[in-house]
Amino acid sequence: MDQLIQQLINGLSVGATYALIALGYTMVYGILRLINFAHGEVYMVGAVSSYYLAEWSMGWTHSLWVSLPIVVVGSMVTCAILGFLIEFLAYRPLRDRPRLVVLISAIGVSLLLQNLAQFQAIFGPTPKRFPELIQSTPVLYNAAHTIVLTNLDILSLGLSLGLMVIMTWVVLGTKTGLALRAVSFRFDISMLMGINTGKIISFTFMFGSALAAVAGTIDAIRYDVRPLMGLMPGLKAFVAAVLGGIGSIPGAVVGGLLMGLSETLVKGYLPSAYTGYADAVAFVVLIVILLVRPTGLFGRVAPEKV
Amino acid sequence: MKRIAFIVLLVLAFGLTPMACKQKSGQRDNSTGDILIGEYGSMTGPTATFGQSSHEGLMLAIEQINAEGGVLGRKIKIISEDDQSKADEAVNAVQKLINRDGVVAIIGEVASKRSLAAGSVCQKYKIPMLSPASTNPEVTKTGDYIFRTCFTDDFQGKVNGQFALRRGWKNVAILTDVNNDYSKGLAHFFREVYGKSGNIVADESYREGDKDFKAQLTKIKGTNPDAVFLPGYYTDVGLILRQARVLGLNVPFFGGDGWDSPDTLTLGDVVNGCFYSNHYSPEDPRPEVQAFLKAYQAKYNKTPDAMATLGYDAARVMADAIKRAGKADPKAIRDALAQTRDFAGASGIITIDAERNAKKPAVILEIRDGKTHLVDTILDTGT
Repeated sequence: MDQLIQQLINGLSVGATYALIALGYTMVYGILRLINFAHGEVYMVGAVSSYYLAEWSMGWTHSLWVSLPIVVVGSMVTCAILGFLIEFLAYRPLRDRPRLVVLISAIGVSLLLQNLAQFQAIFGPTPKRFPELIQSTPVLYNAAHTIVLTNLDILSLGLSLGLMVIMTWVVLGTKTGLALRAVSFRFDISMLMGINTGKIISFTFMFGSALAAVAGTIDAIRYDVRPLMGLMPGLKAFVAAVLGGIGSIPGAVVGGLLMGLSETLVKGYLPSAYTGYADAVAFVVLIVILLVRPTGLFGRVAPEKV
Repeated sequence: MKRIAFIVLLVLAFGLTPMACKQKSGQRDNSTGDILIGEYGSMTGPTATFGQSSHEGLMLAIEQINAEGGVLGRKIKIISEDDQSKADEAVNAVQKLINRDGVVAIIGEVASKRSLAAGSVCQKYKIPMLSPASTNPEVTKTGDYIFRTCFTDDFQGKVNGQFALRRGWKNVAILTDVNNDYSKGLAHFFREVYGKSGNIVADESYREGDKDFKAQLTKIKGTNPDAVFLPGYYTDVGLILRQARVLGLNVPFFGGDGWDSPDTLTLGDVVNGCFYSNHYSPEDPRPEVQAFLKAYQAKYNKTPDAMATLGYDAARVMADAIKRAGKADPKAIRDALAQTRDFAGASGIITIDAERNAKKPAVILEIRDGKTHLVDTILDTGT
């Protein structure tokens, strides 16, 4: 029983970062019907920038309460700028082209960022351990030490749920959110209604990228930083977004957490011969769910707008 | 018209390149000038410290040999290629060394996966390849031009099994990288020896590139093992140990030479009291070891790890073979390499057997406070 609870904690903790990345996929898809394949690399840039920010800030301060905000906010700002630039340079000029063209452009951006990060001058191909800013330490545990909840588990879960709430509020409760929904509903008509669609799209990209930066920072702290680290989480988060119903904000979070859970439970409970193939099993789960519910768990059936 | 001329030029340029290369390698005269030896390794990438260490050891050996007048009255020149820790790049690197540079012999790689990929190229061109540290048994089975100056996975896996028994561990859990032949090989031969009288309580696996191991570690913790056998590479070892300690899995972990890296020693508390089998220990009093230590420290200002030592030995075995061959010819060097007997290297007394493998003992090191300590030497694995 204790072991099951521990596995659930492990799974939710892994899933939380998938959820944060999935939120970015889902927002961009909701507004542009575009799968931003460079999103996994934004997550990687978030990890890399937090690595450098941590190194820099720890050079002159020993206080965690000074360093950590600098690292988190700094990497969010970096990625927001990156997200803006990606949209402005690689997607906006192709706005009127077929969607496939933009998709290819997205893959191009993804490869570009992966390879840039492998330059020694920028980051280098070797994995690097995160500076000792915060250690993953148990904060809540039972007497037998069989159930352990670490500070980073709480941080990642708290951040992903908190940011989901904030996002829902932004989309449903603010004027920008209203415009965002309008653009998502009818792109051309919303322009006629006096909405600055360019601005709204830029905002969406910046917001989504900042969330990916948070995920990147968490994973950088608890694992390490590598130039190709965006590949798998990016793919899994995309799957999570589809699983939850692409375009849906709670769907992305639930999808992300489900991905993390299924992956962990496969590793924890299937015979060990299969644990190496946990990812494959997770993707099979996706196929099954999509066969049963093609719109995903929270997706609405959207009639083709004519 | 201009465009057509351009296209014709382009076609000619590409069409002629392979021909030019072929001619160059065919015409290269190996009887005068420096003796060219190729080296390929992972200077960058996930296992970069392996390649860099091995390269440093190798360059030190070549420097010493050239300072003593070289071999056959000629100097040895090393041409290095970086394979970025990738198997396909290793193949490219070896092809470049053979076709473009016309080397007479090749030293590399550390990782078995890359040695296997590049070894078949060397075999095809009949250029002797000497791997300093690839321990997978398959490597030298590629062909009669492929050698190694280290022990093999079967031996190392058995050594670890023997060690676990000697230590009195009744219950041991195993955590293997199923994507890595090295890891699988070690685990297989460990089971063979340890499984006879010990109890394997969990046999878990992960895949190269995984970063979260908590699911497997939680499962292992539930079986209360006395120790965990972890035959992985140092990048994974660091991540796994940190996560294990957070979960409260505080038993010793032990593994093979894939652990050997400065990165492992700087892990701090989580790695204290862990063990790994290795090719050599800096505490070994033999004069070859101590002389090498001193020279290495003078040149690089640090203690050599096993990869540096193996790189050093590989270069010296190669030079010795060229000397005995009497000429810088790939076939003659191959035959001389096969004849290597009782060569006193820094990593042990090296004899190349009929399978082109080196026979020598393994040492078991304990990690404590950022340093390794020699706790055991095992040659006979009892099988």
